[in-house]
Amino acid sequence: MSEMAATPARARRGRPPALYRVATEAPLARWALIVLALGFLTLFIALPLAVVLTEALRKGLGAAVAAIREPDTVSAIWLTLTVAAIAVPLNLVFGIAASWSIAKFDFPGKSLLITLIDLPFSVSPVVAGLIFVLVFGAESWLGQWLIEHDLKVIFALPGIVLATVFVTFPFVARELIPLMQEQGTADEEAALTLGASGLRAFLTVTLPNIRWALLYGVLLCNARAMGEFGAVAVVSGHIRGLTNTMPLQVEILYNEYAISAAFAVASLLALLALVTLALKSFLEWRHGDKLASRSRH
Amino acid sequence: MAAGALSILPGRRRSAIPGFGLAFGYTLTYLGLIVLIPLAALLMKSSEVGLSGFREVLADERVRHALWVSFGTSFAAALTASVFGLLIAWVLVRYEFPGRRIADAVVDLPFALPTAVAGIALAALYGPNGWIGGFFERRIAFTPLGIYLALVFVALPFAVRTVQPLIEEIDREIEEAAATLGSSRIRTILTVILPPLVPGLLTGFVLAFSRAVGEYGSVIFVAGNLPYVSEIAPLLIVIKLDEFDIAGATAIATVMLAISFAALLLINLIQAASRRRFGHV
Amino acid sequence: MSATASLAQTTLLNVSYDPTRELYRDINAAFARHWKETEGQEVTLRVSHGGSGAQARTVIDGLDADVVTLALASDIDAIAQRTKKIPADWQTRLPHNSSPYTSTIVFLVRKGNPKGIKDWDDLAKPGIQVITPNPKTSGGARWNYLAAWGYALDKWGSEEKARDFVASIFRNVPVLDTGARGSTITFAQRNLGDVLLAWENEAHLATKEFGADKFDTIVPPLSILAEPPIALVEGNVDRKGTRKLAEAYLQFLYTPEAQTIIARHHYRPSRPETVADKALIDAQPKLKLITIDEVFGGWAKAQPTHFGNGGIFDSFAKARR
Repeated sequence: MSEMAATPARARRGRPPALYRVATEAPLARWALIVLALGFLTLFIALPLAVVLTEALRKGLGAAVAAIREPDTVSAIWLTLTVAAIAVPLNLVFGIAASWSIAKFDFPGKSLLITLIDLPFSVSPVVAGLIFVLVFGAESWLGQWLIEHDLKVIFALPGIVLATVFVTFPFVARELIPLMQEQGTADEEAALTLGASGLRAFLTVTLPNIRWALLYGVLLCNARAMGEFGAVAVVSGHIRGLTNTMPLQVEILYNEYAISAAFAVASLLALLALVTLALKSFLEWRHGDKLASRSRH
Repeated sequence: MAAGALSILPGRRRSAIPGFGLAFGYTLTYLGLIVLIPLAALLMKSSEVGLSGFREVLADERVRHALWVSFGTSFAAALTASVFGLLIAWVLVRYEFPGRRIADAVVDLPFALPTAVAGIALAALYGPNGWIGGFFERRIAFTPLGIYLALVFVALPFAVRTVQPLIEEIDREIEEAAATLGSSRIRTILTVILPPLVPGLLTGFVLAFSRAVGEYGSVIFVAGNLPYVSEIAPLLIVIKLDEFDIAGATAIATVMLAISFAALLLINLIQAASRRRFGHV
Repeated sequence: MSATASLAQTTLLNVSYDPTRELYRDINAAFARHWKETEGQEVTLRVSHGGSGAQARTVIDGLDADVVTLALASDIDAIAQRTKKIPADWQTRLPHNSSPYTSTIVFLVRKGNPKGIKDWDDLAKPGIQVITPNPKTSGGARWNYLAAWGYALDKWGSEEKARDFVASIFRNVPVLDTGARGSTITFAQRNLGDVLLAWENEAHLATKEFGADKFDTIVPPLSILAEPPIALVEGNVDRKGTRKLAEAYLQFLYTPEAQTIIARHHYRPSRPETVADKALIDAQPKLKLITIDEVFGGWAKAQPTHFGNGGIFDSFAKARR
């Protein structure tokens, strides 16, 4: 079981051995399921995406590109990339630390800890912004202290980063915990018995085992970090060309009736996400075989 | 380096693996700074309204109705997302077909697209003159049905991505054995394949559900926002904020948070119990 | 440190509400030119836009606004009360009730006015669909509501009647968007509703953006005088050292140059006599305008009575069930 579990199924899937062929659905059922699944994806995801792209290109590709190169939009793109570049590594380190302690050790209150890690998912984005205003806003004592020392947290970059970190908090940890629990501790224990240091065991044994899930968590975290609207809207202050992220710029353009421009920026966000996902698929395809053979022996 | 932290945690099974103190300490610190302290500020603010204030909030029929709309549509959306999420994950993992990788990538789109854009796109699709809405006599956007559509959209990735790794982990030799022993495919699916997926399905459902309950940006564009009909609880929070009633807003937020927290905790406890039973870790 | 201080002096932040984006883009360009000519200094003008109430809240929570230009006096009152950064008598400190321009509420209907909508009582008829944002979240929608109320009061002279009348208009509302722009999109792009209640300038803008062949603007014989006010955030400008610049900016709004820009954006200048291009002023329809002070006793009274938690508007929603 554990050997199979450690082998990524994706690598096994390419060409099923003859033995597996009995254990699948009849071709008709298979195709029916594929059509149903793709139909659902089309209805709920592909069509909305198509609307976004159609609207973006309504005034032609040139107009869409011009909209993206407008100075306020460019500054919004930079801000979004900066925020993601800070927020994602923070949550990556946290995700590894959290999953390491949860999956490799036993301690009381583990379910509570996992629940607390999940909690940011269930906090409404509106509230996720509000809580940082409550902590750092001018009506709190901390906010007063910050104003006296001329430090800016909300309505500036730190606040936007904090809200983004909060909203994307669980992604990496959530991706790693089930996998690392599944994998158990046997591999690391073996490495330690053979004299490896803790850090070395982590880098050479654990990391290769979890790297796909890790990459996956990072991609999801990144996508959500760039796309977050509600929480960031509350802490940004909406200053044009200064504290507007891409999603906020989309809203501004839309409210200016620059509808094509708004959707052009939204398409760019969607494309950024699709590019990172394509990159992941490519890496999997490229390294899939090597990975499979490595973990089989 | 971890010895100090280890000794203060009784009941922890002694493990040969190092780094617990460091990892656990870091986890708690980071969790505290990013999540717990800000949420504590929320609870403190909401405590300003007092117990009677909470009772008043919950007694307000409009609040109750908005909570009902939020939790009801979220439940339906999470259920839909879970059923189709399982199907999509299954198809993506088990079958080869043209465009599989594209379909796989597209699943995450709801994370990347700003929720407001998703709402506008859905309103354009399902509105009275939209590509899809135009075909129906009955209004879809600007009714609770519109809320449901938006919530399925935001919830779907959670449902797919929590079961997908588990399907990849299924030991196909057991399926094989079942088939060889004369079990029908349906029976194999129900007795061999489905049971190990249940924890993942539950997690996916609860994550999808709790994410949907809080969703605001996409919903307001397709909901219609009529009080007692299609008004969601996060909108009431925004309305309270616009009235400068911060404490009232945090009171509604706290009620929602408590319900979501209870649901998440319940599922995680069930998971832990089943994990102990089946002997992992 | 000194570099940032001198930088701060030439940067001005105007926190405004949603529909003024186009207006302040032009005004800021004109003011920057004016400031360069008179003071010889480059100035960076930053603007923040959002719902009027939400914008007031961000200033309360610490956004460094030098000036606020919001939709409702009650939003500036809230900043004054909670932060003391604005004096309580702010509205008397600048000419014309601190409103360099006014506006009013008109109707936008489908081309040819197929439902024959001419006046407020047409909105209350069964079978008419009215599009307006939610008065709880939109400043513009509060003006819509109060204009309808003022009409009924003028016609029947009874609060009772007015209440029933406004309630029956809101019974005809199929979608309550959270902001004015959302409602315009719902009406113009989603093709929902027979009539949109809109700011006069929004009606012009929507016609321009979505096609003059699609909509007609109907000006009712009576509407409300909306006075979106401006104020200096004294607590912030003194800390930042931007008082002189901020005061000059607010005064600039009353100059003939700014008043002309205001008229060109289809707002009603408070000093129409100073606008050189008389055609701009003549093009603005004449109608009877009631004021919030005369009819409703000011915002401080109207806000809680009509839009507060459990106020009259909330009671409509309850009755609607």
